[in-house]
Amino acid sequence: MKSTFFYILIIVVVNFSACKPKAGKDLLVSDDFQNAIQERLVNAQDGEIIELPEGNFQLTQTLFIEGVNNVTIKGQGIDKTFLSFKNQEEGSEGFNISNVKNFSMSDFTIEDAKGDNIKIKSADGLVLKNINSRWTDGAKESNGAYGLYPVESKDVLVEDCEVSYASDAGIYVGQSVNVVVRRCYTHHNVAGIEIENCINSDVYENRTINNTGGILVFDLPDLPLSNGRNSRIFNNEIQENNHKNFAPKGNIVATVPPGTGIIVLATDSVDIFNNKIINQKSVGIAIASYQLLQKPYNDSTYGPYSSAISIRDNQISTNKLIVDMSTDLGKLLFAVYRLPMDIIYDGIADPNLLDDNGILKDGHQICIRNNGDQIKFGNLNAAKIDNLKDILKYSSTDITPFDCSFKGITGKKTPIQ
Amino acid sequence: MLLRKTYIVLIFSILLIACKSHSEVQLPSNPKGFNLLSEYKLFEGLLSDLKPVKGVIPYDINNPLFSDYAEKARFIWMPEGKTASPNEDGSIQYPDGTILVKNFFFTHENKRQIVETRLLIKFKSKWEVYPYVWNKEQTDAEIKNAGALVPVTFTHLKKEISFKYSVPNKFQCKNCHNADNVLLPIGPKIAQLNKLFPYNSGTINQLDYWEEIGYLDYHRSPETPIMTSWENTNINIEQRAKAYLDGNCAHCHNPKGSASTSGLFLQFTELNPMRWGICKTPVAAGRGSGGKTFDISPQHPEESILLYRMKSDDPGVMMPEIGRKLVHQEAVDLIYNWIKNMEETPCN
Repeated sequence: MKSTFFYILIIVVVNFSACKPKAGKDLLVSDDFQNAIQERLVNAQDGEIIELPEGNFQLTQTLFIEGVNNVTIKGQGIDKTFLSFKNQEEGSEGFNISNVKNFSMSDFTIEDAKGDNIKIKSADGLVLKNINSRWTDGAKESNGAYGLYPVESKDVLVEDCEVSYASDAGIYVGQSVNVVVRRCYTHHNVAGIEIENCINSDVYENRTINNTGGILVFDLPDLPLSNGRNSRIFNNEIQENNHKNFAPKGNIVATVPPGTGIIVLATDSVDIFNNKIINQKSVGIAIASYQLLQKPYNDSTYGPYSSAISIRDNQISTNKLIVDMSTDLGKLLFAVYRLPMDIIYDGIADPNLLDDNGILKDGHQICIRNNGDQIKFGNLNAAKIDNLKDILKYSSTDITPFDCSFKGITGKKTPIQ
Repeated sequence: MLLRKTYIVLIFSILLIACKSHSEVQLPSNPKGFNLLSEYKLFEGLLSDLKPVKGVIPYDINNPLFSDYAEKARFIWMPEGKTASPNEDGSIQYPDGTILVKNFFFTHENKRQIVETRLLIKFKSKWEVYPYVWNKEQTDAEIKNAGALVPVTFTHLKKEISFKYSVPNKFQCKNCHNADNVLLPIGPKIAQLNKLFPYNSGTINQLDYWEEIGYLDYHRSPETPIMTSWENTNINIEQRAKAYLDGNCAHCHNPKGSASTSGLFLQFTELNPMRWGICKTPVAAGRGSGGKTFDISPQHPEESILLYRMKSDDPGVMMPEIGRKLVHQEAVDLIYNWIKNMEETPCN
């Protein structure tokens, strides 16, 4: 009890006075801290700033917060406040946050949750800033899935965060509307950043390095918010994303070939520009439909095709010589191209959007322009084949039908301060 | 003589009135709740005997949730003169001031250890949750909004099991009691209550009893639905399996629940087989997938993620995520047999 009181005191002191207690680097292993912090969260009042003290804290259970407005959880800095879930006994996430308005978290390091380090569901106004979210035992299939995981939310800003060693996506924003991910550094994850089933998103000025895949823009079937669209990916540095794929099988990212820069899957209206996409060993940018994965779905409202995609003004190059073959998609790419490619399109388009010549109508095209003279482009033309064996017959490297441009992809709709 | 009799009656009446006012259930004046369970005056005599005062009615439900083999004693109280009424979807609209009481206990060497008592109280049209944790002496329970871990030993099928029972915190309560971010009771609905209960006055259907005492404005008919129980071995295995998933998973796995993001919907009433997992690929399962491709792979329980997660007690894998620490072996067997005996449907 005494020490519970001590921790509450710390939190209160940090919260209400400018004087900060001197916390050592000792590992604070204690149920009392767990209780004190959870108690503090349970009693959070609207508008409060809850400060996490300096120190290394070992937690054994998920921390929950729900139903609050204008609450901020703030550490003393990513090199001062450490929350470790290495010895987690209960709950899957580190933080499980839901049903919040104008919620923000910043300035701490969070490590080693059994599941996701930070999951936030149903936030209306969310800021995640200056957080280091990581797993500390290297790239392992048993690491948690997502480092930062906002889902079913609105007006989401993730900035200046570092995420590493997630066995799925480092930063994964799912089924959300109005999303910005910027100035983050993601490395050694299976996917660096994944935007899944989101409407209106901007992903810019991030560095994604040494993941299996750099940035994924996916739209998946059988979900409450489907038909993700309107995304801009720009000014990112996407380098050497050649890490072994260590995602547990069954997850969609387990299909991503090591050495992938950007994948757009089954998404409409994506503008990819001014990115540096360097030294991936499979493909710089891939545009694909859900059919390419050959997974079943049962969703009559779902559009499995990618359309209205603009790829312009990117710097794409690679010094790698052979496509990675550790995944089925990698094997396919190897069979067709041998060499890593800069841009690949699977050639499976929505039949309803094709004109009489079999070309995507205005406003729905795949436009590829000004990505360097030496661009290695491949069109799998997979729509034309019934049997994968025939893939060589139809695949083409002709980029001229894709020389077009269009405007109107706006990304996030609300201004972000 | 007559006069004396009158006096005696009068004295008795006064005593009765005194008694009544003494044993009246207390509602806290604000949504924070009382600090101690005893303050509600829901029970008389020794608190741990859970002997309800007048107006506090014990009840049971057809298809209960598994809570680490905890036994449960449920009660309901409504302010005098108030009545609940059924909604169209079979849930019940309870009046303000309603208290739902759920006691969780374990039995070991014929001794009962009550671990926690959860109250749901309706204040101004809004349900609030209150987790109370019992002391070692079993004399009272104290509110623990942040939850607690309580060491427990009990006997199940002659096997002694020791573990740390987890009392959920306030937020965790809402994780399950959640429909579009509104907190609602899960258990006491028409179909769940439609069963016999052995009252002191005799065994009758709960809905009839509630109607009789004025707690529920509803008249049971032969058409009144009865929630299927997964333990009912007289019905087919699919019905039992779906009843289990409904009672244990669907409070999150439904389009309005906490697991809406998964697209896996396990309500008894869901008709789309892919929605309840057949050949469905996971969305954000992480290592919960166990390297398997589908939630349910017909005829292949060992290749089905749903069963894999039910069999696990690893916090990063197990389902449900909260409210369970032990594996519910009987349910694992049920779901195994259900999947094993499905019609063959190749998923790819």
